[in-house]
Amino acid sequence: MFKILKYSVYDLMRSRWSYVYLLFYLMLGFVLLFLNNDLSKAVITLMNIIVVLVPLIGTIFGIMYYYNSKEFTDLLLAQPIRRSSIFLGLYLGVAGSLSLSLIIGLGLPFLIYGLFKSGVIWDFSLLLLIGTSLSFIFTALSFNIAISQDNKIKGFGYTVLLWLFMAVIYDGLFLLSLIVFEEYPLDRFSIIATMLNPIDLSRILILLKLDIAALLGYTGAVFQKFFGTQSGLIIALCVLMLWTVFPVWRLLHRAERKDF
Amino acid sequence: MNHITLLFLFLGVLWHGARPPAVLEVCDSCTYKTVTDAIDSAQAYDTILIKAGTYKEFDLKIRKPLTILGQDLPTIDGQNQGEILTIQSDEVTIGGIRIINVGTSYTKDFAAIRVVKSKDFIIRDMVLEHLFFGIYLEKATRGKVLNNIVKGDAEEEFNSGNGIQLWHCTFIEVIHNHIEKVRDGIYLEFSDNINITGNTSKNNVRYGLHFMFSNNDIYQGNSFVNNGAGVAVMFSKKIIMKRNVFKENWGTAAFGLLLKEINDSEILDNHFLENTIGIQVEGANRVSYSNNLFRRNGWAVKVRGACYGNTFSGNSFINNSFDLSYNSNINDNVFKRNYWSEYTGYDLDKNGIGDVPYRPVKLFSYIVNRTPETIVLLRSFFMDLIDFSEKVSPAFTPDNLVDAYPLMKQKL
Repeated sequence: MFKILKYSVYDLMRSRWSYVYLLFYLMLGFVLLFLNNDLSKAVITLMNIIVVLVPLIGTIFGIMYYYNSKEFTDLLLAQPIRRSSIFLGLYLGVAGSLSLSLIIGLGLPFLIYGLFKSGVIWDFSLLLLIGTSLSFIFTALSFNIAISQDNKIKGFGYTVLLWLFMAVIYDGLFLLSLIVFEEYPLDRFSIIATMLNPIDLSRILILLKLDIAALLGYTGAVFQKFFGTQSGLIIALCVLMLWTVFPVWRLLHRAERKDF
Repeated sequence: MNHITLLFLFLGVLWHGARPPAVLEVCDSCTYKTVTDAIDSAQAYDTILIKAGTYKEFDLKIRKPLTILGQDLPTIDGQNQGEILTIQSDEVTIGGIRIINVGTSYTKDFAAIRVVKSKDFIIRDMVLEHLFFGIYLEKATRGKVLNNIVKGDAEEEFNSGNGIQLWHCTFIEVIHNHIEKVRDGIYLEFSDNINITGNTSKNNVRYGLHFMFSNNDIYQGNSFVNNGAGVAVMFSKKIIMKRNVFKENWGTAAFGLLLKEINDSEILDNHFLENTIGIQVEGANRVSYSNNLFRRNGWAVKVRGACYGNTFSGNSFINNSFDLSYNSNINDNVFKRNYWSEYTGYDLDKNGIGDVPYRPVKLFSYIVNRTPETIVLLRSFFMDLIDFSEKVSPAFTPDNLVDAYPLMKQKL
């Protein structure tokens, strides 16, 4: 498995796409901090970007890589290697290199602008942690789509739809249901609805860490009571973990049974 | 009653003329060992000089015009027994004394210094600590409260008192005081023509400054930092609020300035920085808001209830999560020549005024007003999208709620 992981990481490095993402994040970080020297403000702006872009990049890049390396995978499948280690290796290679670009790309500018001297280091680490888990989650989801769908066009369509659903449509439905059922107590519903979407969960987790949480008012207090505690944060991180583990398990499960 | 007072005053003046005012010193080795002794023996217009040391006394009543000064900040320790200094005479000056340990009571408002029905008093350079109420002015007039430091240790609203309280007072000046950790920093009830200038009121449990039923007052150049809520102006008329700083009043129910049932007032040149709500307006009429700066607040201005005839002009709204929130579709208030950092219009004729009107109410803020729970979608991509589409073609937000002449540059 580690050998395959190594190969896929090397392959990604050769393909230059990782560098493109690294450069993109580097530029983003520097430009943000150049325009606005305030680290904590930059963290808020970054959150907006990470919550939307990281899933998009994760899904698109994941599916592209899977389809591109199809021949390599077929070749590997002919070898006496466990299928689970092949796919796990590929998956970890993509997700790992994406997360690495994210961490280096955003970490470097912030380090240069004095991250350690500012009070936002924990918020920033949480941001990176969430960015990383979003990369892992959405790469896993896109691999799932890719393994079930041999038609590339359809596969791409589904991934874009998946992203659109998670990032936009879900919130729309959420909003609608909040407005339709406004007569009812909605605290529990909103917490559960937030948990079910990794993008919303990430957004709320970061928001609650920032000052801006006070804007959330009563609803925010309910969320704060849940996520603000040690156990709440652990539950939230567990949910993010589940969002990674379950698609990976399904991917491996499918891979074992699929007739290539 | 009035005649008798006059007579006393007259006699006082006679005495004053007849005999040079004496200085009575209080210390361990002086003639007077306690402040009580000195006050009892003093005659009108005498000066009592309290030297450094700690005096365990309470319930000191001043019934004649005296000047009581501390040398090197002596301490009067009330040992939590009750009220400490009560001024019941006109023309009393006290200054330079530290008063600590005022008793807490749930039936009586014990104060470190209470002024009852007096005129022309001066309270200055006092340090009040471990207190229930700090300075309590009751039906007083023409007094000055200057350069005092009031430091409480309030935790809850129900068992704490106010820093400086004015009840039924007129023509009082409250200047350059520093008030910290009490319930309300400064509290005015039925008090008219009060001037509150240059005070700092911070870390208070409830309000930095609180008006109830008080008219024709002015407060300027004060700063209100990190209070439960900055300033509450309620049921009052003709209040002028100038050059104050409302800062970091941050929390789920906090605001910089609350206006409730306020008429004919002026709010100008104030800075509202990093408050959850900059100004919350409930039932305010004919109030003019001009040249204020709103920066990094959650809501810069939140208008609820009936507000008519208000004018917002020359204000700068910079990086607030919401510039304006409105809970009705009817608008009778005027917005003109404000600077909005989110304004994206252009200025072709270069006259400094944007050619496209700005709509300060976002769709999201409108939705949040309807269903407060929807705030969980704050900063989500979906909300940004629908805000954008609403901006391009407004469908929900009030039509006439626009700034038709938005400034291109921040007014300095």
